Amino acid sequence: MEPEQPSPDTEHESLHEEAHLPSPTLWPIGFAIGIVVVLVGLIIDPLLISTIGAVIAIVFGFLWARDATRELRVQQVVVEPERREAGAAAPPAEGGAAPVSGPQQPVTRSVFLEGATIGLGAVIGGLITVPVAGFLVLPGFLRQEQHKVDLGPIEKFPLGSWFVATFVVDPAQGEVSRRTAFVRNNGTVADSNGKQVPSFTIISNRCAHLGCPVQANGPSGAILGKKTLKEHTLNGPVQFVPVVPAGYGCPCHGGQYDVEGNRTAGPPVRALDRYGFEVNNGRLVLLSTYSVSHVVGTGAQAKIYKYKSYGPGQHVDGPEAWFYPLSPPHH
Amino acid sequence: MATPRRQPTKAQIRHQKMEELVIYPIDWLEERSGLVGGIRYFLFRNVPSDVNWMQTLGSAALTAFLVQAITGVILAMYYVPSASTDPATGKPVAWESIVNISDHLTLGWLVRGMHKWGASVFIILMFLHMGRVFLFGAYKYPRELNWIIGVLILLTGMLEGFTGYLLPWDQTAYWATVVGINLNGTAPILGPWLAQFLRSGQEIGLETLPRFYSLHMLILPGAIIALITLHLYLVVRLGVTSPPWSKDAAGGEPVEVEEPARRPGLTRPVPRTANGAAMQAEPGGRD
Repeated sequence: MEPEQPSPDTEHESLHEEAHLPSPTLWPIGFAIGIVVVLVGLIIDPLLISTIGAVIAIVFGFLWARDATRELRVQQVVVEPERREAGAAAPPAEGGAAPVSGPQQPVTRSVFLEGATIGLGAVIGGLITVPVAGFLVLPGFLRQEQHKVDLGPIEKFPLGSWFVATFVVDPAQGEVSRRTAFVRNNGTVADSNGKQVPSFTIISNRCAHLGCPVQANGPSGAILGKKTLKEHTLNGPVQFVPVVPAGYGCPCHGGQYDVEGNRTAGPPVRALDRYGFEVNNGRLVLLSTYSVSHVVGTGAQAKIYKYKSYGPGQHVDGPEAWFYPLSPPHH
Repeated sequence: MATPRRQPTKAQIRHQKMEELVIYPIDWLEERSGLVGGIRYFLFRNVPSDVNWMQTLGSAALTAFLVQAITGVILAMYYVPSASTDPATGKPVAWESIVNISDHLTLGWLVRGMHKWGASVFIILMFLHMGRVFLFGAYKYPRELNWIIGVLILLTGMLEGFTGYLLPWDQTAYWATVVGINLNGTAPILGPWLAQFLRSGQEIGLETLPRFYSLHMLILPGAIIALITLHLYLVVRLGVTSPPWSKDAAGGEPVEVEEPARRPGLTRPVPRTANGAAMQAEPGGRD
């Protein structure tokens, strides 16, 4: 249906009836090309091609914004300056925008009461809202404690054998904090001072894609003719199921890893996380996890590219890591 | 009232008394609140003459939401949102309470089933309603804001689905939520913060389940109810759209809307003064 032609005297009303659209423009095409070049550049050559794309996008974006706002910039809004001089007669502003009250505008009683009511309400509301909102958000971020997990004496781990270890990280939380790791004793390795120290590979089973539990690809438990080891430590019962992994696989979306946790196939964005550890009075103690981009080599000689702990699905290296500049507080 | 020509029969008198018995309380309420008139205004408003059955999908989605609200409130009386382990059985408390609802409590299986399947029905009906609005062009001026509010209702409904999925606290619930939270965690910049907020910590723990429960049954339903109220207010204010094939010209002369019945009296005759003019009674007026 055709809209009615606005007659001169209904011009003001017709403003609300019609969609007000900016004039057609071609600049968005150039802007879109710039974005495409940026994205392609991220794959091919982030430094050079992405920069060119960014320049194209910024230039065309600026032209587009200038074009779109031309109308606004032409119609300059005339604002009468506020006048405070006593006795100065307020000139009638164009378009009848003159203040209703007289030239002198002391704060009247009603204006003061209005402001006081709103201000007092805002103060009371803020006093209530701020601590409550803090209680909603902050406990999940502050005082994140590190939980050390005692896995028992290191002598029980035969050299070079893998175990699936399950343990409770925080006895106060109970079963909900039960975690799984793949543990291998690598023997000893020389530290920076040339002293021989124990070496363990302790890989978290949290998939680096979206956090599902990865499984060892290979025989485990009774099939191997080996017994499941059980230990009772400060963290409660800890269980070690012997396993011979050819790698690890995730049941959720098919991510695959090699035995050192390097991604070999599927959607994961990095290698499997690892647990830090210390040997305390001859006992293996797990510390916090850290993230790993990839591992070169194996066993005690493995070179691990370490990063601080990131969530699953978050890149730790490459341009995609720029998406995660600020990590929440961690233990 | 006109003077009756004949004495009314006993049946007529009885009928009249019954009517008064029903009408008097309604009139009492209406005189003091205007609520009856408001409900009449809401329910008996004019709609285009050629409205379509497809235009009942919004009401259907509303009904599905009400079913979710009612069954949810009752399920909350039996469900225990605790991720801790029952020392007697070694099983999680929340999961045990779900088993209790489904397997032991009378009709629990039915109400839980209504809530579980009704959740999908609610989402499907919202999508069908959205499709109807899109195909009818009912999102156009002046109803754009109602489309936006509708999208917010859909989003809140999906958040209800996400938070409700964890509550059974079984393997499916747990790992689906792990994946769902980690998906949020991959969002740029604020993703890791959002994930940690949802978990209330670095890992899913004892606080996560009660947090999802509170979101699921207090915060999000409150938001949906507020949004539905706004949505319906705009439907009433802007009216119902004609179907695209309607012969009534869109934007044509608006039909004269009859003012809904107002005070005084929904059904009572208007009291008249001595000179026959209708009296204008002011509600609560004492002068």
